[in-house]
Amino acid sequence: MPKTLSDLCDVDALAAARSTRWRPGLAAPAHSEIFASGCEGGGAGLALALACDALRSCENSRPVLWVQDRAAVRLTGRPYRPGLPPELRRRLIHVVAEKAEDALFALEEGLRCRDLAFVIGEMTGNPKALDFTASRRLSLTAEKHGVPLWLVRLDAERDLSSARMRWNVRAAASPPPRWNAAAPGTPSWHAELFRARAHAPGEWILCDDGGSLVAAPPHSVGVAAAAGDRPLAAG
Amino acid sequence: MWLPRLAIDRWRLGEGCARGEGPDAEPLALIAETAHGPRIDAVNDAGRAAGARRGMMLADARTLCPHLKVAPSDPAGDLAFLEKLAVWAQGWGPWSALDAPDGLVVDVTAVAHLFGGEARLLADAQAAFARRRLIARLAIAPTAGAAWALSHFGPERAILQPGDDAATCLRELPVAALRLDDEVLVVLRRLGLKRLGDLHGIGRGALHRRFRNRKSPAANPLIRMDQLLGRVSEPLLPVIPQQAPLAQRRLLEPIRHRELLDQVVADLAGDMGRELEGKGQGARRLELGLWRVDGEVVVRHLELSAATRDPAHMCRLFSAKLEDVDAGFGIEMVRMRASWTEPLALEQGDIETAAETQGTSLSACIDRLTVRLGEKAVHRPVVHASHMPERAQRWRPPLEREPAAQEDLRFHARPLKLLDRAEKIAVLYATPDGYPKAFRWRGQVREIARVEGPERIAPEWWRSKSTARLRDYYRIEDTTGCRYWIYRHGLPDDGRGGLPDWFLQGLCA
Repeated sequence: MPKTLSDLCDVDALAAARSTRWRPGLAAPAHSEIFASGCEGGGAGLALALACDALRSCENSRPVLWVQDRAAVRLTGRPYRPGLPPELRRRLIHVVAEKAEDALFALEEGLRCRDLAFVIGEMTGNPKALDFTASRRLSLTAEKHGVPLWLVRLDAERDLSSARMRWNVRAAASPPPRWNAAAPGTPSWHAELFRARAHAPGEWILCDDGGSLVAAPPHSVGVAAAAGDRPLAAG
Repeated sequence: MWLPRLAIDRWRLGEGCARGEGPDAEPLALIAETAHGPRIDAVNDAGRAAGARRGMMLADARTLCPHLKVAPSDPAGDLAFLEKLAVWAQGWGPWSALDAPDGLVVDVTAVAHLFGGEARLLADAQAAFARRRLIARLAIAPTAGAAWALSHFGPERAILQPGDDAATCLRELPVAALRLDDEVLVVLRRLGLKRLGDLHGIGRGALHRRFRNRKSPAANPLIRMDQLLGRVSEPLLPVIPQQAPLAQRRLLEPIRHRELLDQVVADLAGDMGRELEGKGQGARRLELGLWRVDGEVVVRHLELSAATRDPAHMCRLFSAKLEDVDAGFGIEMVRMRASWTEPLALEQGDIETAAETQGTSLSACIDRLTVRLGEKAVHRPVVHASHMPERAQRWRPPLEREPAAQEDLRFHARPLKLLDRAEKIAVLYATPDGYPKAFRWRGQVREIARVEGPERIAPEWWRSKSTARLRDYYRIEDTTGCRYWIYRHGLPDDGRGGLPDWFLQGLCA
C-alpha cells in the first residue's frame, strides 16, 4: 500500500510554509529594516523584540552588537542597561560611529563576526553612503555569515534597499497593566510590514508580553484604546 | 685582488696545461696588432726569462729570443673573464667591483670573521685562485686605494688594519702604487719623488700648485693620496648592485640531478617571497645563478609581466628555463636575485580569506572596530553602584571582565534608552505637585494619556552639593502611545530654587 501524503511529510509544516502571512516566531531574515520616528524609542524597541523573538528558538549567550551613528545618539539616546531585556544586559557591545560610512563599516564587521548573536544598527536619515549597494553588501554579508541584522532607520525616507523585510513602526497604546490600569503597560507597537520577500505585507499591533511577542490585528485593540482615552483622574 | 698574469693564465687555461709545462715551457708572448707592428701584451715565465717584456715590440723581442712563439691577445675576453671572476669572488664578500684590466675589489667589511679572520680569508681566497690555476696577489686594507697599492707593491697577502696609520705603513711603497698615469709617474720620478713617504716630505701646497690643473684622479697624486688614506671617498661601481633581494643556498653536496635542483629552487623561491614581502616589493625580473664546481656560473633570467612574490609562480616559470642547464660536475651554490622589483602592497591574504569564509572571532572584530573608530567608540555598559540613573551605568572596554555588582531592583521600571543630556520640557499640570497633563518637547505638544509615579530619587548627599534637588520620575505614555521617562527636578517648596523644571531623560520601548 502506498504511503499517504501525511506519512511522507509533516502536513503542519507544509501548511505553515505555505502561509505567507508573517507571524511572530518565524525565523528571522538576514537583513531587516525598521523605519521609525526619531522622537520615540519604538524602533529600537521593536528591533530588540523581533531579534529576541527570533533568538528564543536557539538559546545562546553570544554578544550583541549595537551600532549607532552620532545623530541617532543625539536623537534617541544610548541604550540603558537596566532597561534592556534581561537576557541582553550582559551581552551588549555598543559602538558609536561618527559618520554613516563608519557605521556601515561597523555593521559589516559585526555581521562578519561569527561570535555575535545579532547586530542592531541605528542610522538617521538617508545618508549618501547608505545606498542600494551598501544595503546589498550588508544583506550578502549577513546571509553569508548567518548573523541577522536589524537596521533601524530614524526619520528616514523609504529609499531603495535590499532588506528582506521592511517594517514601518510607531508606538501604539499599551495594554493596561493588571494592577494599575492608569500606568503605561508592556511596550506595544503598531508595525506595518510594507515589503517582504517571503511574506505578504500586513499590519499588526505587536506587544512584547514578557517572554514572547504577541501579534494582534490592528483594529481589535479597542480595550487598549479605550484605556488610553480614559481620564487620568479615574486612575 | 690583483691578477698580474691574467692574460697568460687565461691562455694557459685555454691550452689546458699546467704552469711551466707543455706549451707553457716554451717562451710565448701574447701580441696585439698596433699601427707600428705587433706589440707584446703579455709574456709567460719562459719568455720573461728570455728577455721579452710587456709593451715591447715583437720585433725587438725576436732579436732577444728568436724562437719566441706568439698568440693573439684577447682583451675583451679577458674583461669578460674578469667579470665572471668578480661574480665568483662574491663568495668572499657581498659585492665586488672590477678594477680593469686585471684587478678586482671585493668588499669584505664585516665579513672576515665568517672565514675566521682576515688572514684566513686571504689564505682561503689564495687557495681558491690557486685551484683555478690563477696567480693572484691579495691584500686587505681599509680603502680601495691602499688595498690596490698593497696588492701590487706590498708583501704577499698584506693586511692593513683599520687602526694602523696608513701613511706610515705605506711610506716605503713606490709612487706607482698611487694608480697614476705613466706621464705623471715620469714627472714624479724626475722630481725625485720615488716613494709615498717622499710625497709627505714636501708641502701639500707645493704639490697642489704643481698639479692644480689636473682634475682627474689618475693624473693628480694629491687626490690619489687622499683616496688611499681615506680622506676622500672613492665610489666604486660594483659588478652587481646589491640592493636587489637575494636568496641563496650553499649546497653541502654538489647536485647534478634535476629533481634536487627543483627542490632547491622551490626553497629559494620561498625565501625570495618572504624577502620581497619584508620589503613590500614584488619581483619583475628574477635571475637564478647556478655556481658550478668548476667555477662557471650559469644564469637564467626571468621577466614577469606584473610584480609578484608568489613562490609557486616563480617555480613554475623557472622550471621551463632549467631544462637545458648543464650541471657539469655538479652545482655547489644556487642564488636567486630579483634585479628589478616594484612596490607591491602587502596583503593579508590568509586572514582575509579566512574572515571571508568562516567569519572573524569576537576579539578580531573588536580590534578592527577599535582601530578604525577609536578606543572610545567601542564599549559595553556595566552597572555602577549609584541611584542616579545616568550614573548607574558606565561604559567600559568591550572585552573587559564585568565588575561584580548588585542586581537591579526588579520593581524599578527603567527606559530602554537614556539621552546623554536630559532635555528640558515644558509641562502642563493641574497642581504643582500633581500629575503632568501635557508637555512640549522638541517643538511638539503631547497629551499625556497614562502616567505612573512618582518614583522619587534623592540626590546623593555624599557627593553632590547640599543645594542639589531631588527628582520625581514619572513613566508616561502619550495619546499616540509613545512612552517616555520624565522627571521633575525638585519640589516647589523645597527652598532650593524657584518652581521646579521638568526634564525628559529616557525613551521607553
